[in-house]
Amino acid sequence: MVVEIYKEKYRGQIREVVLGATGAEGGTRSHTITVGGETTLPFLHFEGKIPNRPVVAMEVWDIVPEDWPAGLKEYFADVLNDPAAWAKKCVDVYGADLIALYFKSADPEIRDASASECVATLKKVLEAVGVPLIVYGCGNAEKDNLIIGPLAEAAEGENLLLGGAELDNYRSIAAAAMAYKHSLIAQSPIDINIAKQLNILISEMSAGLLGRIVMDPTIAALGYGLEYSYSIMERARLGALNGDKMLAMPMIGNVGHEVWNKKEAAVSASEEPGWGEQAERSMAWEAVTAMALLHSGMDILVMRHPGAVRLIKKSIDDLMKENSYATT
Amino acid sequence: MALTGLDIFKLLPKTNCKKCGYLTCLAFAMALANGKSSVDACPELSAEARETLSSAAEPPIRSVNIGSGEKIVKVGGETELFRHDKRFNHPVAIAVAVNDNEDVEAKIDKINSLSFERVGQHYEVDMVALMNTSGDAAVFKEAAVKAAAGTDKNFILVTRDTLAMEAALQVLGPRKPLLYAADGDNYAEMTELAKAHGCALAVRAGDLHALAELTAKVIALGYRELVLDPGAQDSSRILADLTQLRRLAVRKKFRPFAYPVITFTTKEDPAEEMMQIASATAKYADIIVVRTDRAEYLLPALTLRENIYADPQKPVAVEPGLYAVGDAGEHSPVYCTTNFSLTYFLVEGEVSATRIPSYILSVDTNGTSVLTAYADNKFTAETIARAMEEYGLEQKVGHKNIVIPGAVAVLKGKLEEESGWNVIVGPREASGIQKFAKLHFS
Ligand code: B12
Ligand code: SF4
Repeated sequence: MVVEIYKEKYRGQIREVVLGATGAEGGTRSHTITVGGETTLPFLHFEGKIPNRPVVAMEVWDIVPEDWPAGLKEYFADVLNDPAAWAKKCVDVYGADLIALYFKSADPEIRDASASECVATLKKVLEAVGVPLIVYGCGNAEKDNLIIGPLAEAAEGENLLLGGAELDNYRSIAAAAMAYKHSLIAQSPIDINIAKQLNILISEMSAGLLGRIVMDPTIAALGYGLEYSYSIMERARLGALNGDKMLAMPMIGNVGHEVWNKKEAAVSASEEPGWGEQAERSMAWEAVTAMALLHSGMDILVMRHPGAVRLIKKSIDDLMKENSYATT
Repeated sequence: MALTGLDIFKLLPKTNCKKCGYLTCLAFAMALANGKSSVDACPELSAEARETLSSAAEPPIRSVNIGSGEKIVKVGGETELFRHDKRFNHPVAIAVAVNDNEDVEAKIDKINSLSFERVGQHYEVDMVALMNTSGDAAVFKEAAVKAAAGTDKNFILVTRDTLAMEAALQVLGPRKPLLYAADGDNYAEMTELAKAHGCALAVRAGDLHALAELTAKVIALGYRELVLDPGAQDSSRILADLTQLRRLAVRKKFRPFAYPVITFTTKEDPAEEMMQIASATAKYADIIVVRTDRAEYLLPALTLRENIYADPQKPVAVEPGLYAVGDAGEHSPVYCTTNFSLTYFLVEGEVSATRIPSYILSVDTNGTSVLTAYADNKFTAETIARAMEEYGLEQKVGHKNIVIPGAVAVLKGKLEEESGWNVIVGPREASGIQKFAKLHFS
């Protein structure tokens, strides 16, 4: 019996966004990375194109991340107080496709580091690794507005992916991206309408930004509301494939950030004897969160644990294998 | 695809004989379309029309029962492709494989121990897949004896050898295991065994085309308690096949695929295997047979199942109110949180672990989390103060201290004003409560 393979005929395609810039393109990256471009749901090669594989960025902070559990910190013990060395280790040893650099030191409640201190760190990291960079501020909106301009300017032409444009303060980041040729993350609180509205507002500032937006619909960790982000992303992706161009952006999520303060990552096997070994369980929590989000359309996963990174990259290898059906 | 009243009307005799209890054939057609009558009510239908109507009335994917007793496992019955459209029906069942030539008792003990308490929920592995790895019917039967004695979980019997299957069924037949599997060579005998024992039968073929063909043959033998295995081995092919099976059943009502689906993990490394379980849980498996028995990998997988199969329409909420944890009295600490079930149970679990009898004030936030409710003005100084009054906090305790979640530290001043109580900002994550309580309340 010949089964007629069911293929959806989607009208839309996710926009391709290029991250980083090589010497020829005005930057200093050894290579660029392209995300997006899908014409079908994740890994359904049998019915559409998936020209670019999802990628994994690893987090690097410009301060020592005191709150990270010891079992996570130990992988970076030798580099935690040197962002450049930390970034290099992530790329060379742990296989990070990108580095997501967080300027936590700028937080007025941490060190209130100045823009020029941040710029100096950024330059060192750019020198240490050849991969494209994602850059986040400290999370304090006012302060981030002060540092984002200088950071963008100092790295002019590098095509950084600048983190965290939100509905109520997207202008400064969008302006910095426009002026100094970077891409940016449009961040919305798991609300598909806000996500779309923000994409429209940013592209209204400059049509040139349209192909430079990556959206962050806000995620939650496995067991902590993950299903809501899973469905928001899946709906956004279906909307895009069905022709909504203002949802057709590649998606990014801060997986590590959500997972590593959760109980499942933090408690030992002796505190929760039924939950198995802490080292493996905590890594597994990040990896499974990432796996679910891959299936809902995530293109860039920002992660922490080298083991989880290894697992998800292996899974991506497996799922990127062609699965078309022979025509009879 | 559901038929409309008019589609149905076209298939009726149009004699208006009223035997169905309706005045006209058209009225009966409308009633049928709305599920208010059944095909059998019209005695005048042609055999052909009856077949068309009854298959259209069937659900796109049959619901199949495996096992017996309280823990009977229901799989299938799905009607959707995406969880945001409507809640998926029956959570994917996880079976752990036990080889008949290993230490069956020890493995079964391990599997029995795989049960987890998390946020007021109990998760466990559903089934044992007994594998005829030895290839020997007597060994298989012996293993069945040990396994049957060792657990009340339900079973999948995995062998293509009908003699081995029969031998194991002598022991496990009454527990209604899933028989895995009928293939091109053995399907007639396997179908007989399934019928005789009233067990569900898995049908396994090398690809979708062969699977459709084989399933049709088994259906032709008059058996429909089926589970499908397209036989895919690598993750990408598994995803493609499972997607096709679900789509063809739901969107096309392709009858040979109107059954739940079983898949096996293929990775040796248990962590990589966990990723396969996660992938198949998100995308369309109804039963997954796994090898790993390690809690640290199964807990995340089972948690993902909980998330994927959660109701997308309404969050699970607890009744708002004042809850006593332990033998709480007038000196007990008071914690305040929302009435989102997940939030409440995370807090309750930690408060209870402090072993200090306490109260938890669960504020009505329409079942939303702390920050969601805060952003939506449902968890504010006013709503908390009102809840404190409504649930008579003042009458329960002899002090005026209340702990709020760290995430809403900004509410402190305003809440102190509103309530006249001393507001203590707690840790940001519930997991910090034990340490916090030790510091403040012991
Ligand atoms: C899932 C989710 C939703 C779901 C709601 C799910 C639900 N039932 O609540 C939906 C999609 C409906 C939603 C909607 C909105 N959301 Co929302 N949502 C989330 C998300 C992704 C996860 C929330 C969650 O479930 N967390 C898990 C629970 C268990 O966490 P929790 O309740 O905070 O409890 C923890 C701690 O607070 C602590 N704790 C709890 N109680 C207590 C008590 C004490 C005493 C102590 C010590 C500790 C403690 O322990 C728990 C575990 O550690 C978060 C982002 C994120 N990743 O966290 C955004 C988030 C909460 N949402 C946000 C917003 C803005 C909204 C909307 C207003 C957006 C909009 N305009 O549409 C709406 C508002 C609601 C509405 N009108 O419908 C913002 C809030 C921003 C802010 N700081 O105010 C967040 C933070 C996203 C963001 N970064 O912007 N959301
Ligand atoms: S019994 Fe059948 S033929 Fe008679 S009125 Fe009803 S639908 Fe029409």
